[in-house]
Amino acid sequence: MSALEPTKLDRPRIARDRSAADAKAAKSVTAKLRRAEFGDRLRSLMLAAPLLVLLALSFGIPIVLLLSRAVYDPTIADALPQTSQALRGWNGTGLPDDAAFLALAADLRDNQAKGTAYELAKSLNARLPGARSQVLKTVRQLEGAADKPPLEVMKGVPFWSAPGTWPAIESGTHSVTSFYLLSALDLRWNADGSIGKVPPEQAIFLQVFLRTFFVAAAVTLATLILGFPLAYLIASVPKGLAAILIVAVLLPFWTSILVRTAAWTVLLQKFGLVNDLLLWLDVADDRLDLMYSRIGLIIAMTHIQLPFTLLPIYSVMRTIPPSQMKAAYSLGAKPFTAFRRVYLPQVFPGVMAGSMLTFILCLGYYITPALIGGASDQLISNFIANYVNVELNWEMAAALSFILLVFTLALFGIFARILGLDRLKLV
Amino acid sequence: MLLSPYPTTGERIRITLLWLWCGLVILFLLVPILIPVPLSFNSGAFFIFPLEGISTRWYAVVLGTQRWQSAIGNSLIVAFGTTLIATTLGTLTAIALADEKFPGRRIVMPLLLSPLIVPVVITAVGSYLFYARVGLASTYAGIILAHTALASPFVVVTVGASLTGFDRNLMRAAAISGAKPVTSFFRVMLPLILPGVLSGAAFAFVTSFDEVVVVQFLASANQRTMPLEMFIGLREKLSPAITAAATLMMALSIVLLVVANLLARRSQRRPVAAA
Amino acid sequence: MKITKARLFAFAAATAFVTIAHQALADELSIMASGGAWQDAQRKAWFEPFSKETGAKIVEQEYLGDLGKVKAMVDTGNVPIDLVTVETATVLQGCDAGILERLDYSKIAPREKFLEGSALDCGVGLDAYGDVLAYDPNVLKEAPTSVLDIFDTTKFPGKRAMRKFPAQNLEWALMADGVAPADVYKVLATPEGVDRAFKKLDTIKKDIVWWDAGAQPPQLLASKEVVMTTAWNGRIQNAIDKDGAPFKIVWNNQILEYDMIAIPKGAKNPDLAYKYLAYISQPENNAKLASYITYGPVRTDAASFVAPDALPKLPNAPDHMSAYLVADTEFWGDYGEDLVKRFNAWLAQ
Repeated sequence: MSALEPTKLDRPRIARDRSAADAKAAKSVTAKLRRAEFGDRLRSLMLAAPLLVLLALSFGIPIVLLLSRAVYDPTIADALPQTSQALRGWNGTGLPDDAAFLALAADLRDNQAKGTAYELAKSLNARLPGARSQVLKTVRQLEGAADKPPLEVMKGVPFWSAPGTWPAIESGTHSVTSFYLLSALDLRWNADGSIGKVPPEQAIFLQVFLRTFFVAAAVTLATLILGFPLAYLIASVPKGLAAILIVAVLLPFWTSILVRTAAWTVLLQKFGLVNDLLLWLDVADDRLDLMYSRIGLIIAMTHIQLPFTLLPIYSVMRTIPPSQMKAAYSLGAKPFTAFRRVYLPQVFPGVMAGSMLTFILCLGYYITPALIGGASDQLISNFIANYVNVELNWEMAAALSFILLVFTLALFGIFARILGLDRLKLV
Repeated sequence: MLLSPYPTTGERIRITLLWLWCGLVILFLLVPILIPVPLSFNSGAFFIFPLEGISTRWYAVVLGTQRWQSAIGNSLIVAFGTTLIATTLGTLTAIALADEKFPGRRIVMPLLLSPLIVPVVITAVGSYLFYARVGLASTYAGIILAHTALASPFVVVTVGASLTGFDRNLMRAAAISGAKPVTSFFRVMLPLILPGVLSGAAFAFVTSFDEVVVVQFLASANQRTMPLEMFIGLREKLSPAITAAATLMMALSIVLLVVANLLARRSQRRPVAAA
Repeated sequence: MKITKARLFAFAAATAFVTIAHQALADELSIMASGGAWQDAQRKAWFEPFSKETGAKIVEQEYLGDLGKVKAMVDTGNVPIDLVTVETATVLQGCDAGILERLDYSKIAPREKFLEGSALDCGVGLDAYGDVLAYDPNVLKEAPTSVLDIFDTTKFPGKRAMRKFPAQNLEWALMADGVAPADVYKVLATPEGVDRAFKKLDTIKKDIVWWDAGAQPPQLLASKEVVMTTAWNGRIQNAIDKDGAPFKIVWNNQILEYDMIAIPKGAKNPDLAYKYLAYISQPENNAKLASYITYGPVRTDAASFVAPDALPKLPNAPDHMSAYLVADTEFWGDYGEDLVKRFNAWLAQ
């Protein structure tokens, strides 16, 4: 776009002056300009390149690779090459022919020899509950009875002839899979090829997503109720006083989430200050269990997020001249009407920016739920961490990350579209 | 400004209520961050008021035991490494992006800011799985790289803001006078945007120094940082040493960020604070 | 030019740190243990004497209970630890997954000298501990008499803490539901038995605070966050003996288990690791741990070496063996993974 501009500018001049020599000179000037422009652009690209490359390596590639695990899982396909081959002609209903059983037996043996049988068992178990012990059992039997024909061993384990086993194996032989993404939404493929819900004792993720949204919404609402009046006050008082009040907002804002969570774990203890205060005020009859509870989590998160909601509101409020409200009063508007009809519409973008920012940030909370929430207050990020560290199911972690990221980016896209990226600057 | 010249009783009540409410909100904001401070000087081993006595014994634990010392050392190594790389590369990038001719600015800017938006657990898990494959897991370099991704957006934004007030003609003048680009950068541009750069550096430092999620995934016992030590302590053994560590961390962040904001204020544009 | 230099310096500095981190001396033994009072005890009983005797330097690391890290180390071939302390279920899981080395007992000690179930293919026993119930008599006026009292919310109202793990909890749930200790694992091997155990846990689910590190139970009792908690006996005894905590231990219906130590695949210093295993498996050394934390030896011939004042506090002291269950390692090896999955889903619901 900008590269064309000099040429455009030059064109009328060239048209006016028809002298061939001049035209030639003009052309070379244009070329030089263009070259200089190109050099400039190259230089600025070169300046930005180191950080861009570094970000791609340290941030971009890791995230893309992580997300790709949600849909790409070659473990089973790699472990069962002969079986995949044998299943190619299978129509997907009933049991496959004996060749498939033999191929599976051969594959299982190979895996045992390579030491990958466990990996296979685990991966198959993720799709087919109970498969883990059956795979390991069969492997042991295949090894232990070398003289027994493999087909007999395979047919001797009822699991391999059970309905549902072979469709699961067959779907596992496709490296690209929708299994984990569906599971992250408590869905699965039914035997008839339709998508259905997983059995209720396995259905956990929708609940966790809903819980995450609920906590985010509750925190957003609480920060608005607490933050809006304070923002209004700061925007209305004289400058000196406002500066002091704003420090009260910025001090916690500048303290790390971990430190503030630590402070809240001290405060929310059974014999902590909050309970002391409640007893002293005679609000509660007995000490409350605030640690490891939803309410404790929401209180702490509200404290952490309050400045994020408040600052954008404040930055809009202080641009609204007080004379407007006075004009409304003088025109006979009642205070509430004036506030609702004149003030509120103007601060609305600030309210939107603040609450959306808080809502989006709440979706990714990890530290605070881990330390203050109980088992039923863990948010989606905690589940992602758990799947990586404890269950060693990285595909599931990837699928949950994928969905969380889609939600976050979509909300952020709406945010940026409505409000513009520059609004992100706070204070 | 709050009261009209002839306030009615209703108005007075409203304003009083507003002040009352805001007073409570300010207490809610400040008390939790101030609570660890007196507790950290408690001579007893419990978090209970009134304090048993004043002592610095918990600071002696944090500053004197080998475990916390190495955590502080690790935090400093990681934070300085991150600050160095993020500030250098971030400043260069901000300069490049300040040029309107920079190709694809509209795409590059959101990409640069994306580490701030992506939930940090995803960043942590992603780098954990990838870094393990390339041998960067459980190394300082790995943690510094991941922290650089989280910290560099602050540098780009702060330096970018200070560059909007920078007159590019100065660079042209320097070039015409025969200065090489590098010379004119150090002699002309850098002195003018230095407050912005330093402010970005302070943001980068604090971002890394306070970070715990990425460290939790990437660090082995040898790279434990102060926040990670605190996190483990909070889960396992709540001792007043944690309040001492929290007070130290809080003091450091607040001092650095006050400086950063003053510097940002001094640089051309309106102050930029960031998340 | 200067900019490039600065950048180069930054990278050079970063890489320098990496090299420092990776410098490991040949006679350095890196042991990852699970921290807290237990690691302190191992340091005094074993790390320091072993160091003195062999001249090897012991580098301690702390295990945060995530096998994921060990797996990532083994998968990438960068294994900075030589030994890791684990639970029996983890040994079986890690053995199958190829994360842990199969042990050569000829380099350690005769396998038949260990208590049954404490010398596994991929892990050797360190000590025997009890999963018990602990409470603060200042808080609970009426003393619980069995671990199973944790299920009685009418007699003992208030929050109670349990380990965030299916093992032990499911066994106790079945016993509290009337299953005889001898039949617990038989019942738990059936889907109906699992349902029954979870149903029992459901009755107290809203009153449970979950712990996952061994140091948490004494902490939860001390802060009075819970009225009673399941715990590893040594951690509670330690709080009583060292910190003067007023806690009491309920031994009735305790579950006996073994702590294990294993060599991760690809460890850099296996010879020294075996030397250490042989050292701590000598009966007199094996018994030494009991002087620092009340966990019993795993060698059948070590009892006579245990310090006399430590003996009555051990989980396998005669007074504590009126009713107990020995954890079935094999059961947890077979069903553990599925039960962990089910348990986590149950927790989330």
